[in-house]
Amino acid sequence: MAEPVLETSGLTKRFGGIVATGDVSLSVAPGEIHAVIGPNGAGKTTLISELSGELKPDAGSIRFAGADISRFGPVRRAALGIARAFQVTSIFREFTALENVALAVQARAGHSFRFWRPAEREAQLREPARAMLRDVGLGERADLPAGSLSHGEKRALELAMVLATGPRLLLLDEPTAGMGAEESAAMVRLLAGLKSRFSVVLVEHDMDAVFALADRITVMVYGRVIASGAPEAIRADPEVRRAYLGDEEPGC
Amino acid sequence: MDAKRVAAIIALALLALVPPVAMAADAPFYVGLFARIMVFAIAAVSLDLILGYGGLVSFGHAAYLGIGAYAVGILSFHGVTGGFAHFATAFFAAAAAALVIGFVSLRTSGVYFIMITLAFSQMVYFLGVSLNQYGGDDGLNIARHSNFGAALDLKDPVVFYYFVFALLLVFLFLGSRIVRSRFGVLLQGVKSNERRMIALGFPTFRYKLAAFVMAGAICGVAGALFANLTLFVSPSIMHWTRSGEILMMVILGGLGSLIGPVFGAAAYLILESVLSRLTEHWQAVLGPILILVVLFSKTGLYGLFAMGARRRG
Ligand SMILES: Nc1ncnc2c1ncn2[C@@H]1O[C@H](COP(=O)(O)OP(=O)(O)OP(=O)(O)O)[C@@H](O)[C@H]1O
Ligand SMILES: [Mg+2]
Repeated sequence: MAEPVLETSGLTKRFGGIVATGDVSLSVAPGEIHAVIGPNGAGKTTLISELSGELKPDAGSIRFAGADISRFGPVRRAALGIARAFQVTSIFREFTALENVALAVQARAGHSFRFWRPAEREAQLREPARAMLRDVGLGERADLPAGSLSHGEKRALELAMVLATGPRLLLLDEPTAGMGAEESAAMVRLLAGLKSRFSVVLVEHDMDAVFALADRITVMVYGRVIASGAPEAIRADPEVRRAYLGDEEPGC
Repeated sequence: MDAKRVAAIIALALLALVPPVAMAADAPFYVGLFARIMVFAIAAVSLDLILGYGGLVSFGHAAYLGIGAYAVGILSFHGVTGGFAHFATAFFAAAAAALVIGFVSLRTSGVYFIMITLAFSQMVYFLGVSLNQYGGDDGLNIARHSNFGAALDLKDPVVFYYFVFALLLVFLFLGSRIVRSRFGVLLQGVKSNERRMIALGFPTFRYKLAAFVMAGAICGVAGALFANLTLFVSPSIMHWTRSGEILMMVILGGLGSLIGPVFGAAAYLILESVLSRLTEHWQAVLGPILILVVLFSKTGLYGLFAMGARRRG
């Protein structure tokens, strides 16, 4: 197997008495979609925050692209190409969709101590942003305020922003959260289209989405990894079935 | 042209006409009043840069006004009268203070940021009180206006008026460029959703600090103008209630518009001037008026004017 792009070992984060992530070790190969599943409160979002640098783990280490990034903050990790989409959509509601993505492009276009030229006239920010919006199917919505988009469109917009930073690793926290069946299917198609171009850590509750997309699956319960492996193996794992997938429907 | 631009241009044109009209009407008092309005407008515009665009509720902006005014007062006291020396010192001293204050306070946010900027401005206030050499509590008279040579004699109220007007225009213009630039868009991103900005990889602290320093420096210039307006400085210029007044002007006029605070400064100081002649309890009347405006127009007075312009135009 190729050298993993992301590798964690022993990631532990406690909130008071709660072990949100306990000794989590996982690795993501280049171009792989690695799904993390588990019931509510299993520690999936906490894990994503530790990977993005927003939360500091109490113990454990993180290697990314061969370097130890355990001590890096979120800004440095983003600069290295780790990009996060939040479980609760995080966009600039007052900006237009295009301005949202253009700002994401700006994040990777050198420093922002530029005081004179209007950003709205900078083709080098606007053009890639426009293209990215088209890629996620929001080409027609570019000039609308982000706050006025539908829920599914907002989530697609956040994905466009994340992609516009030119990432190597995507941290996607329930991209289909709160979506109806149709929106959900559209998001899955979108993510399937990204496959192999990026490495992805995908937290997801929708099992159809998980099994459609994932190359590997890690199952967390109460902060611990109880299983990790190929989708077929996870589907068949009796402990996973009992803890999470639900015993009562054999054969899925 | 959009309605807001029209409102801005009309307002600035009216300001340009104040001296000839006041002179024709034999009411020179108004030249002084409107010069004062514009001095505070500059202070309010500088606050709007960080408050309206960056979402940074600084409750200590009067400190920079005071530092700018004291720069002129102290230099004059020691016989330095050059206008460039006065204004450059005011600018850089206020910038330096903002750098230190911002470096500490920008590590906090929300209500803590409000409290810590207030605390710093109180420190600067008491520093002023303790400057016994420069009058302490009683303040310091300034012998002469900042000297820019015979061609620009600030002693002449009309010359001084247009000097302030020109600086106001310069800062409005610079500000309008800045808020649309990459830097300005970044600042608005921080206001909208700082967590998202950090996740995108923006090191937001250094940009917020830069904006904070810019705002402080511009407010320092307003302070130097204030010293020339009154030829007197005392700690009362940086009393915390003054910070509240500047904040009020920004909110009353309309956050995040730059020109709004000019409306706000005018409305606040005109009301103050009118009401204080009617009753000594003028603040009790001013309060409810401010509350009504803020309740009825989220975009402040400037938003109301722009709405009016749109109806007609
Ligand atoms: N900032 C915090 N402070 C205290 N406890 C927290 C905090 N964040 C998470 N927790 C707790 O840590 C545990 C894991 O939470 P986390 O949000 O990571 O779960 P999750 O797997 O993402 O759940 P969900 O599927 O509902 O999104 C939960 O018990 C939660 O209450
Ligand atoms: Mg979660």
